[in-house]
Amino acid sequence: MDKKITPLSKLFLLIVFFILYAPIFFLVIFSFNSGETMYDFKGFSLEWYRELFQDTRLLIIVLNTVVVALLSALFSTIIGVLGALAIHQAKKRQTKNSLLSLNNVLIVSPDVIIGASFLILFTMAGIKLGFYSVLLSHIAFSIPIVVLMVLPKLMEMSPTLIDAARDLGASRWNVLTKVIIPFITPGIFAGFFMALTYSFDDFAVTFFVTGNGFSTLSVEIYSLARRGISLNINALSALLFLFTILLVVVYYFITQRNKVNGMGVRKR
Amino acid sequence: MENKHTRNIYMLPYYLWIVLFVIAPIILVLYYSFFDIEGNVSLVNYQKFFTPVYLKMTLSSFWYAFLITAISLLIAYPTAYLLTKTKHKQLWLLLIIVPSWINLLLKAYAFLGIFGTYGAANSFLELIGIGTQQILFTDFSFIFVSVYIFIPFMILPIFNSLNELNPTLLDAANDLGASKWTTFRRVIFPLTIDGVKSGCQVVFIPALSLFMLTRLIAGNRVITLGTAIEQHFLVTQDWGMGATIAVFLIIIMVFIMIVTNTRKRGV
Repeated sequence: MDKKITPLSKLFLLIVFFILYAPIFFLVIFSFNSGETMYDFKGFSLEWYRELFQDTRLLIIVLNTVVVALLSALFSTIIGVLGALAIHQAKKRQTKNSLLSLNNVLIVSPDVIIGASFLILFTMAGIKLGFYSVLLSHIAFSIPIVVLMVLPKLMEMSPTLIDAARDLGASRWNVLTKVIIPFITPGIFAGFFMALTYSFDDFAVTFFVTGNGFSTLSVEIYSLARRGISLNINALSALLFLFTILLVVVYYFITQRNKVNGMGVRKR
Repeated sequence: MENKHTRNIYMLPYYLWIVLFVIAPIILVLYYSFFDIEGNVSLVNYQKFFTPVYLKMTLSSFWYAFLITAISLLIAYPTAYLLTKTKHKQLWLLLIIVPSWINLLLKAYAFLGIFGTYGAANSFLELIGIGTQQILFTDFSFIFVSVYIFIPFMILPIFNSLNELNPTLLDAANDLGASKWTTFRRVIFPLTIDGVKSGCQVVFIPALSLFMLTRLIAGNRVITLGTAIEQHFLVTQDWGMGATIAVFLIIIMVFIMIVTNTRKRGV
């Protein structure tokens, strides 16, 4: 593809980028509005931010969201790594493939179905809807993504590495902790991080399994937005936008590290 | 080989997860679809599904998902193609992906302001002389916002497959006298069809089940399968009917996966 981009195509790309970013900046700009609407910019003020930080209810919800995200990422990473090891060590090709298909079911299913089926599951199991049901479902839908992040690292690992460790007298436990885990650490970090962002962003599943007393940020934004426009959501969105940018940067560095490591291995 | 048992013990949590959170939920949904609203075992939900009300809803849900997928593809393919030609293409791609990381509800909320009666879109229409229109709570706003949300997910797989395309093939086509259009139709498009298929897959299935957008943006005018499931589970408490619709959605999903099946290479 040696052709230069024509001005017309440049314009097309520009429009696409404009449409993608305009709504986000629109939200951020109006978060500084001293008026109360999203169409009439009266003047600059930080009033909505002040209101946001004084809203203890909302701060508790933010705290809930963070706690659920951290805990679910932690547990799903542990179980996901074990799962990746299980899939990797499966001897028969057929076992491996069926494990992988089962692993991917929750990734391809629409959120509504995951939410509805988990709601049935928790109700039948007698788990009260609230913190634990939300945490359990976040762990459940993050596990497959961790597996998919860790598995390629395991595949990359040369089997001779493990044979060598065995020959030198390492026990299974030693092989796991001293050879395998250090090798797949970048994948584990990437998985943990992805689980974290999945949990932060999830709305549909949480909406189904959250009770009356417990709420996360997404659910709260939904119920606020259904009531109409209020500019403290804008202030919140500006802060979340900053936070997202931070996440993207972190993600960029994690994948960069992954790549460097991966290429280092391939060179041999 | 120390023994098989220690190995199985540390794999237990993962297998437990598969049984409890992958297999059991599907079976439970199927099980619940055989109960009517009073809790009696019956096939009444399936009978109800095949009445005109639900068939029409399924059809319109399909139609909207199809429109959303088609429009996303029409915008995403040229965008992905042009992106592969830019300098620093990975950076530009990252910039396309960033909006998809922003919480979906915030993006939907932004459009409440933009498409509202006095919103930015209407001020623009006023300015160019068309005058104020009702934009929010229409089919148009629903499709526009859905496309907006799904575009990055469509661009990514297409970009990847275009990026893998061997440029010498294009030179070869050129040398053999193919026009630009022929090259696209006979070489580029067939070789990137896998990306297109997985793009359509990741847009079409969620598009059938977006219930929050229909509530916020379409003002309950559009009812998709997802909206109906949410309604039955959380509002009317008719779990049996909700589960029946979910069963059909699962069947449709499996069907689409088979049709658009692509050999996935890594994540």
